[in-house]
Amino acid sequence: MTDHTVKAFDNEIDRLRGMVAEMGGRAEAGLEEAMQALMRHDLALADHVIANDKKIDAIEAEVEKLVVEVIALRAPMANDLREIIAVLKIIGLVERIGDYAKNIAKRARIINTHGLMEPISILPSMAQIAGEMVHDALNAFSARDAALAEAVVRRDSVVDNFFNSIFRTLLTHMVENPKTITECAHLLFIAKNIERIGDHATNMAEMIYYAATGMHMPERERGDDSAIMAGA
Amino acid sequence: MASTAQPVPNPDIPKMSARGVNVFYGDKQAIKDVSIDVDMENVTAFIGPSGCGKSTFLRTLNRMNDTVASARVEGQIMLEGEDIYSNAMDVVQLRARVGMVFQKPNPFPKSIYDNIAYGPRIHGLADSKADLDITVERSLRRAGLWEEVKDRLKESGTALSGGQQQRLCIGRAIAVEPEVILMDEPCSALDPIATAKIEELIHELRGRYAIVIVTHNMQQAARVSQRTAFFHLGTLVEYGVTSEIFTNPREERTKDYITGRYG
Repeated sequence: MTDHTVKAFDNEIDRLRGMVAEMGGRAEAGLEEAMQALMRHDLALADHVIANDKKIDAIEAEVEKLVVEVIALRAPMANDLREIIAVLKIIGLVERIGDYAKNIAKRARIINTHGLMEPISILPSMAQIAGEMVHDALNAFSARDAALAEAVVRRDSVVDNFFNSIFRTLLTHMVENPKTITECAHLLFIAKNIERIGDHATNMAEMIYYAATGMHMPERERGDDSAIMAGA
Repeated sequence: MASTAQPVPNPDIPKMSARGVNVFYGDKQAIKDVSIDVDMENVTAFIGPSGCGKSTFLRTLNRMNDTVASARVEGQIMLEGEDIYSNAMDVVQLRARVGMVFQKPNPFPKSIYDNIAYGPRIHGLADSKADLDITVERSLRRAGLWEEVKDRLKESGTALSGGQQQRLCIGRAIAVEPEVILMDEPCSALDPIATAKIEELIHELRGRYAIVIVTHNMQQAARVSQRTAFFHLGTLVEYGVTSEIFTNPREERTKDYITGRYG
């Protein structure tokens, strides 16, 4: 894209984009590490994820301050305006993703997953897809790539399906092994956290699409939540 | 509002309508094939870099270019369905119907009262002194200046502040009951408070008159207008709803200009 006549404006936009990338990278890593901590019951790694979340929150506050400054001082227009509004919304979503990763890490410290092989076996695959969605959304943001943003949105149903499957598996496991209810309840929350991370990556992608094209992404099909509704 | 001379607007045709307008200064073409409609409901802003032709085009709308010897206008410009460049058009009448406010406030070196009364007098719009008094008060009220000057109408218009002078000029244009008001950078010589008062005035006048404003200040265009036209190198690049032009322009050149990327 052509540079602004006022170079300082370009510098500020670059700085904002850089901070979003860093924040997003930390949230993505947080999810990955929280899942490792869970699977290996690695308390030190779990503590690391919990501490890392503070840094994510700090970057969010810094981005928010700069966004307000840029709006006040540069009066951005058109694609600049859309991008800056997108940044403001994206950092809120990334901050929530960081919180979900932290929450997984906290549960990883509490529960020991040994002996829960069946319900836990597909959690890492689910987390990997949600993590890829976050990763791709961040790449779409960096490249202002509307097509990649659309691809992220399309994957959300995969994560939703995983959640439905895990939900059913955990219910069955709890009925058959009442002693594991505590662990299974934690795992259910973890699955729900991952599902929410997928939703947030989807929302990020929708903002990125809007910033890049000026149009809202066509409404997507609702995910299938029949299993939960039937089970509830 | 008994003495209003305004014809009933026909909602089916735009107040002003330009088709295929070209303007030449000698051999140089300043405006290239511009077509645009201006209506009563919306304030229309013309934006674009210096030399893009926005002021030249504005001046074609009340034949101000007639005063420039080398200027030549082609194409058709209609006011309420009448061709303003036809031989039948009385230019003095035209400029009463399509008033103009300039960049630098230019009150006559006369009293505040006479500045407003001048137009109605020469156009024979007032039958008596009492009639004229009513017109002066109404015009100054509409121009948002009455409360500030009602006790010193005999003072010279040039003694007012810049912002007041500009509102006096708007009042002077309003006094002859125009249908269209053209404003060429009306705030560029004013401070932010005086500018805000003019912008508020534009907002209040909207709907009563068709208003077209040329401005270098894009924030001003965004604030006061509902339709924005972007000119570049003598062509009309894009014309649309202001909120869309400033959030999602269709043309690359518009985007580059309004985001401050223009060369």
